[in-house]
Amino acid sequence: MGQESILEVSGLSVVFYGEEVLRDVSFVVPKGEVVAILGPNGAGKSVLLKTLVGLLPYKGKIVWSKDAKIGYVPQRFQVEKSLPLTVREFFLLHAAKFIFARGEMENKIQESLRMVQVAESSIDERLGTLSGGQLQRVLIAWALFDKPNVLLFDEPTAGIDATGEQTIYNLLHELQDRFGITIILVSHELNIVYRYATTVLCLNRSLVCSGAPREALTPETLAKLYGGEPAYYHHLHDVHETEDII
Amino acid sequence: MDSLINGIGFINILAILATSVAAGFLGVFLVMRRMSLVSDALSHVALPGLALALLWNIQPFFGAFAFLLVGIVLIYLIQQRTNLPADAIVGVLFTASLAVGILLTPEPELLEALFGDFTKISSFEAWTAIIVSLLVLAGTIFSSRTLMFSIAAPDLGHVSKARLKTVEFIFLVMVALIVALGIKFVGTLLMGTLTIIPAAAAKNISKSFAAFCVSSIVIAALSVFLGLAASYWLDILAGPAVILAGVFLFLLTLVSKRA
Repeated sequence: MGQESILEVSGLSVVFYGEEVLRDVSFVVPKGEVVAILGPNGAGKSVLLKTLVGLLPYKGKIVWSKDAKIGYVPQRFQVEKSLPLTVREFFLLHAAKFIFARGEMENKIQESLRMVQVAESSIDERLGTLSGGQLQRVLIAWALFDKPNVLLFDEPTAGIDATGEQTIYNLLHELQDRFGITIILVSHELNIVYRYATTVLCLNRSLVCSGAPREALTPETLAKLYGGEPAYYHHLHDVHETEDII
Repeated sequence: MDSLINGIGFINILAILATSVAAGFLGVFLVMRRMSLVSDALSHVALPGLALALLWNIQPFFGAFAFLLVGIVLIYLIQQRTNLPADAIVGVLFTASLAVGILLTPEPELLEALFGDFTKISSFEAWTAIIVSLLVLAGTIFSSRTLMFSIAAPDLGHVSKARLKTVEFIFLVMVALIVALGIKFVGTLLMGTLTIIPAAAAKNISKSFAAFCVSSIVIAALSVFLGLAASYWLDILAGPAVILAGVFLFLLTLVSKRA
């Protein structure tokens, strides 16, 4: 590609209780790309993301470039409703001084909330009382808080309504345009991949295909990826209608 | 009970106050981690250590702390190495050690070991309690960010390079230290409660973490004052009086939450 890479993965395998969840996965992520990891449920997409950020033990090689600064938005982030932790305090976790950094961080937190279109009054609300969509946006703002140059994003719009989904993808697009941030996102929605990704990695425990979406996602690879169900293909022509491919 | 205020110095009151405040602060994290009952049962582990210290003429604090340390290492390993719910194992194991401790403790000392005796504290013990409590308070403030990560968002903490496991272990050691200290005041049976009640009460009235910490500490200190006053005026044991004062405050917060 001639482009500098931010991540190189080779021969990556992950085993859970004797079962191989990822098998010999190798790929390279050039700086500034939007890489979508596509695959059916149970394909190991979230496992791959978690492994990349160092949450799971693995075999093989994961090499981040020296200047990589990672932001991570996890999937299914659960907070107990009654946990006494406000949105502000959640952001203060970024500061070594935590609670005592309140004064100096206030403006930056407000700004972060504005960026993801969460009402500034939410700053005093408990994290656990936010709606699913608000929580997801807060998590995105949290991940972006320290200005990472690579964002790993697990199912960006799970539990968010259609307009919210639009906001989030527009935001991601803007981040990429303005700051050239590298984005690696997990999705099982083909329309998202077509619209936003520059590269797609098809994953079903091992790598089934990779490349630019329009070239890599042939009917044959999709059949291989999803186990030969022809029902998927007609969605390709009608990406706006498609909410969920699986 | 004229001995209570006359016979003991200001320093003893300061010692129980410092220990309760540190316990109240640690309790904030125990309650958020849903470890209330674990820490309650943990205090029972101290009894065999206390008994052996009495039999061998060692400072009771060291006997209690040694056994508590074993207890917290067990809890830590159960948490880290397995997905087992800690409560069943903790319940059985720690209650067994209470039974063993009761059998080991010389009978004249048993009441004191179980319920504490605030009046029999040497000034050395009082100063130890004050200094260790202040260190634990500082240690808890220092660890609070990482502890909050491990409670609210362990994955994000890991990605942010917080040292979750180390700090979790340090936290449990601090719990063991405070429990070992507090046993002198309120006894083996009730010490666990001293770490839990102020935080449980504070949680009822706190929306934020900062408010949670401050109110838990204030409620812990109030329990000590109310309990000691009740102990003096009503001529009852100080340990249970402090605990009951805490329960009273807990009920008040519960009412104000409902209102």
